[in-house]
Amino acid sequence: MIEAKNVSKSFGEHLVLDNVSVKFEKGKTNLIIGQSGSGKTVLMKCLIGLYEVDHGKIYFDGRNFSKMSMEEMKHIRQELGMLFQGGALFDSMTVEQNVIFPLSMFTNQSMEEKRERANFCLSRVNIINANNLYPSEISGGMKKRVAIARAISLNPRYLFCDEPNSGLDPITANLIDNLISEITHEYNMTTVINTHDMNSVIEIGDNIAFINKGKLWWEGNSSTIMTTDNKELNDFVFATELTRKLRK
Amino acid sequence: MLILQHLGRYFLLMIQVFKTPEKKSIYLKQILYEIDKLGLGSIGIVAFLSVFVGAVLTIQMAFNIDSPLVPLYTIGYATRKSIILEFSPTIMSLILAGKVGSQIAGEIGTMRVTEQIDALEIMGINPATYLIFPKVIAAVVFFPFLIMMSMILAMIGGWLSGLASGLIGTYEYVYGLQAFYQFYDITYALIKTVVFAFIITSVSGYFGFYTKGGALEVGESSTRAVVVSSVSIIIFNLILTNLLLA
Repeated sequence: MIEAKNVSKSFGEHLVLDNVSVKFEKGKTNLIIGQSGSGKTVLMKCLIGLYEVDHGKIYFDGRNFSKMSMEEMKHIRQELGMLFQGGALFDSMTVEQNVIFPLSMFTNQSMEEKRERANFCLSRVNIINANNLYPSEISGGMKKRVAIARAISLNPRYLFCDEPNSGLDPITANLIDNLISEITHEYNMTTVINTHDMNSVIEIGDNIAFINKGKLWWEGNSSTIMTTDNKELNDFVFATELTRKLRK
Repeated sequence: MLILQHLGRYFLLMIQVFKTPEKKSIYLKQILYEIDKLGLGSIGIVAFLSVFVGAVLTIQMAFNIDSPLVPLYTIGYATRKSIILEFSPTIMSLILAGKVGSQIAGEIGTMRVTEQIDALEIMGINPATYLIFPKVIAAVVFFPFLIMMSMILAMIGGWLSGLASGLIGTYEYVYGLQAFYQFYDITYALIKTVVFAFIITSVSGYFGFYTKGGALEVGESSTRAVVVSSVSIIIFNLILTNLLLA
């Protein structure tokens, strides 16, 4: 489980996160939702240590992440997989080399074992016969799937996904969502997903935290979000004419 | 004030760069990869420029030394001195600052804006060491070979142009190249080369590493890397010349 306790973060005079406390449970897909600029990406970057929090604490299964030395933080990060918005695959490496990279850095496996593991992870995300292609030669959806394969190659305990289906067509977006959900339940990971995609919310939202104006505004799941009377959340969820009609 | 800020951040980055690497075998491979990319990839341009500048130097020397009292071999001697002391280590380093510097800043800057550096950090890898350290070592180790090659080719270029233009014969030119030879000149040139190689790679790495924004800012970082590396080379050239020759 990952827990943020009273986390605040500001950039200059601008307060982006205001005393946010939220728990992300193990074996579940935990979604952070909110409008662009609401602070959800900053919250995620604070959780993974890319931003230092001004106030508050972050715990990874009881371990205080915000008080750790660089060396201890490095160890935690090896238990952590991250899917970036654009995939963040290394341009100079092939698909296979991208997946093998964390294994080469942190294990003493032979090349044979690393290849076997990479092929397993790639087949798990339905990437076949693309091992020798470079990121520039594959589609956006494939990039995301390769990034997932890279993220799970070291069997992480925690998986973070920043807008995993942004820029994808609805079918591929749904595929990525389901893949993340399956992997989370299969490996019993603590998964945190940052999204504003309502399909993801309804499809895979085991736990949902709604961030608005830098504050935790609402918590629930994919069922309770449809019936809540929270005005700001309803404005966000049912923002389009189509969703309002569907709700009726 | 801004310069002090940059200097402070540069030195803090260098502390990160020279931290113990996570896995030495990976870094060894990276160093060899960078030698291939930054060093071997620059042989063509260095060779081309060296031959032609050497040729021009010899012709200029010949036209400037027109007194019958000055022996003809002085052309070879002066060409050698100019090439070893200044042209190869300094001018070639400026050329390399343009080629290699923009390449490094562009590559690392693109990695920054496409979150590849964040990805490294999240994996628990020190991105400063992983990205900059192999480039610095590759340049510091390989650039001296490039500069020595440049010296030889520039002298050959001078010899060819002297012969072709009929300004100086092979015997006088070679005699001039060997006259009053001081090994310290080579040592001085190589010390400068090593310092310049460090400046080019570390300064370019710094500007790439702290790129913010998108494609436009990557271009700006590359330009800044080349400008600051070149200015630093010129300043350190004066300092090193004072320290080593004065």
